[in-house]
Amino acid sequence: METISVLKEREHQVFQKGKDDFDIACEKTSLAGSVSQRACVFCGSRVVLYPIADALHLIHGPIGCASYTWDIRGALSSGPELHRNSFSTDLSETDIIYGGEKKLESALLELIDKYDPKAAFAYSTCIVGIIGDDVESVCKSVESKTGIPVLPVHSEGFKGTKKDGYTAACEALFNLVDRGRTKRKLPQSINILGEFNIGGETWIIKDYYRRMGVRVVSVMTGDGRINDLKMARRASLNVVQCSGSMTHLAKKMEDAYGIPFIRVSYFGIEDTSDALYRVARFFNNNPDIMKRTEKLVRNQVRSIIPSLSEMKKDLVGKRAAIYVGGAFKAFSLIKALKHLGMEVVLAGSQTGSKEDYKVLREMCNPGTVILDDANPLELAKYIMEKDADLFIGGVKERPIAYKLGIGFCDHNHERKIPLAGFIGMENFAREVHQTVTSPIWQLVPRRASVLTPK
Amino acid sequence: MMHKPFYTATQNACKNCTPLGAALAFSGIEKAIPLLHGSQGCSTYMRRYLISHFKEPVDIASSNFSEETAIFGGGANLKLAIENIEKQYAPTMIGIATTCLSETIGDDVPMILESLSKTAGKAALVHVSTPSYTGTHVDGFHQAVKAVVDRFNPVSNKKQYKPKKKQTVNLFPGMLSNEDIRHLKEIFHDLDTRVIILPDYSERLEGPSWVEYQAIQDGGTPISWIEKMNLSAFSLEFGNVLENQVDQKGLTSAGSLLETRFNVPCIRAGLPIGVKATDTLFQHLEYITGKPLPDKYSSQKGRLIDAYVDGNKYVSQRKAVLYGEEDFVVGMAGFLGEVGIIPVLCASGGKSSFFEDALRSVLPENIFDQVRVHENMDFARMEERARFLKPDLVIGNSKGYAMARRLKIPLVRVGFPIHDRVGGTRILHIGYKGALHLFDTIINALLHMQQDSSQFGYSYM
Repeated sequence: METISVLKEREHQVFQKGKDDFDIACEKTSLAGSVSQRACVFCGSRVVLYPIADALHLIHGPIGCASYTWDIRGALSSGPELHRNSFSTDLSETDIIYGGEKKLESALLELIDKYDPKAAFAYSTCIVGIIGDDVESVCKSVESKTGIPVLPVHSEGFKGTKKDGYTAACEALFNLVDRGRTKRKLPQSINILGEFNIGGETWIIKDYYRRMGVRVVSVMTGDGRINDLKMARRASLNVVQCSGSMTHLAKKMEDAYGIPFIRVSYFGIEDTSDALYRVARFFNNNPDIMKRTEKLVRNQVRSIIPSLSEMKKDLVGKRAAIYVGGAFKAFSLIKALKHLGMEVVLAGSQTGSKEDYKVLREMCNPGTVILDDANPLELAKYIMEKDADLFIGGVKERPIAYKLGIGFCDHNHERKIPLAGFIGMENFAREVHQTVTSPIWQLVPRRASVLTPK
Repeated sequence: MMHKPFYTATQNACKNCTPLGAALAFSGIEKAIPLLHGSQGCSTYMRRYLISHFKEPVDIASSNFSEETAIFGGGANLKLAIENIEKQYAPTMIGIATTCLSETIGDDVPMILESLSKTAGKAALVHVSTPSYTGTHVDGFHQAVKAVVDRFNPVSNKKQYKPKKKQTVNLFPGMLSNEDIRHLKEIFHDLDTRVIILPDYSERLEGPSWVEYQAIQDGGTPISWIEKMNLSAFSLEFGNVLENQVDQKGLTSAGSLLETRFNVPCIRAGLPIGVKATDTLFQHLEYITGKPLPDKYSSQKGRLIDAYVDGNKYVSQRKAVLYGEEDFVVGMAGFLGEVGIIPVLCASGGKSSFFEDALRSVLPENIFDQVRVHENMDFARMEERARFLKPDLVIGNSKGYAMARRLKIPLVRVGFPIHDRVGGTRILHIGYKGALHLFDTIINALLHMQQDSSQFGYSYM
């Protein structure tokens, strides 16, 4: 068999704990020709703003960028579903020559007239950055004509990485938040940041806070509504999940309105409990909140432990590989997998920071491979070398795992099953259990010899 | 609501951008890797899109533009990308498709490749210009196929054609499913005739489970075969719209290139969907090979027509909304017309300006009179029209699901992409067998709907 070698320029983005001794290189643009699993700046903005359901999302550029992102997230809405459409200025050759401003303006006006959104986002794609359309002034003009916020999102694909797209989205969100007129703080209130309501996860988390007696002012951006965003500055605390995408906004809101923020995760028993307790502690002037939180956590944990223990019996000692967008999610996954008795043999992310990888190194067992901005070949190399039984990733990782006869759990934004909160942990364990214990692996040629029952 | 005939914006497009088609076509060549010259996102989005249909690894490299690249040109990045692909994949060919970004900044890709040709590795570098703001993925597909044929059949390689005992046929099928391509291979095998199908992603994008890792999956048209296409006896190129583009607009297709450069006669036909179109295919094949229709296929045809008879009243005068790539819609419309289903709305995001002519040529007049044809259409406008037309079913790819759901009628999934069901790659559309599969699927979808919504729920048809 051919061995897969790692490209020289990427050698410092591949790290094996206990074997290598260097700082993991990260936060770099992807290497040309490497086949990165990352997308672009536009993707970063699109995923963050996507779940805002009563806004118009117009993508300014040729058709592809809008077409490939039509209804791709499992971000649910309890009301309007405008976000599940794909709107594009569909630029053609003449627009490239003469500029796309007129088309953008007319597209915005007609779509706002037709769909009556509460706000509009106009995303710039690569080409807009080259032909030099003044998207900002078109947005201003449309805003004055329609009376709704019309926000430019500076997400030209080539101007950085997916992370810069997060920042552009945060800027657009802050612009909206800053339009809120009422400044008076609401007691015991929070904003939930970096939670996208995949499979209804926001609803699970909001229900916990409701039971704790904490008011959720806005969610950014799961099941998001423009009017809620305009209220966001009235919250007392920002609770940030998916910190890679939303910390920029939390910091801006801290500077502008003095709203402090904490970084949490709602994935796994430990992290979910920790998140809820930290919010309860923040509101310690009201001890009832803590009492209710303790009761909530106790009951929730109690309700899922029996089934988790049952599933754990089959999962103990199985090996897992993780490759996700943000490193913070990897931390939670490692803890959750430990809970199921599983060992993590590979952990990687598209956009982890130096700090993230330091934490990851601490958390992982010796021998674990840590990857930054990996490609299909590296992922395949290490899941085979480490003989993983399970791969956790997204759509682009799934076929790599399946081709090699390895179970797969989708932890990306396209999944339909909620994995957040306590019930989410149970769903996660069930999905992992279903795939890992499937009898299919006994038929798969690469693994048949290993797995054939004696 | 006021009915607007035209919108500036495209709302839920019924098309994709040109480089996607090129990436798919390049993936149908043995040991070739597609490389998009542009931003990282283009490659990743298209990989994701193709994976959602094929459910197989699809590696598409990127030259990964940054701000500096956009200012100073993409030459250095393209070079680096090619070097890294060579190191990682050791391909025999790298198919380089441009994007809106690299086209607009004015990168002269042929010149960059020329300057690399002395230093580059073993892989043949094939370039196709696919600015995303012109045409659709179908144009990207055809242009990529043409670019490959052009690259490996240069004028200088012109050899004297000597008729051999066993003739070879070039087949340019267009964007068909894996199962369709496999069926075509079977037909040629049964006719004992050598065929070079380009592209052929039927094995590479639907291969067996791996024992060892494959950087590039097995399968695809071998380059050694493509090089010999100029020696084939005939070319066969599917697509009525493509035919019109070649004949009337002077477009160069793979088939027409071989015809003008090497005098390889090119026979053009519509996609062989339904009895009539399949009959036409077999007539062409009889002319090319001198061999009559094998018994196997006459029995398939017999069973098909018998099934048509058994099911006639379930489909006759039913109304369908039909959409997708222009040539695919034309092929499907011919089939629907022959069983009596009226494709009341035939829509495509393409705008070749030959869509209507092509549809007229495959439909009986009395049916064509009831058909509304729309080029350059998106799903928002399609749905608005469909509401007036009160169709019984929707026929097309997964993109029409939301529309079908709101119209409360079944969606029969055909074409590309199918990303809300398994088996999209295994749908057989062509040949007598394909028509039988389509016919059964459509009737069962209608019966399912009828049975479930019936007050009585009859358990016999």
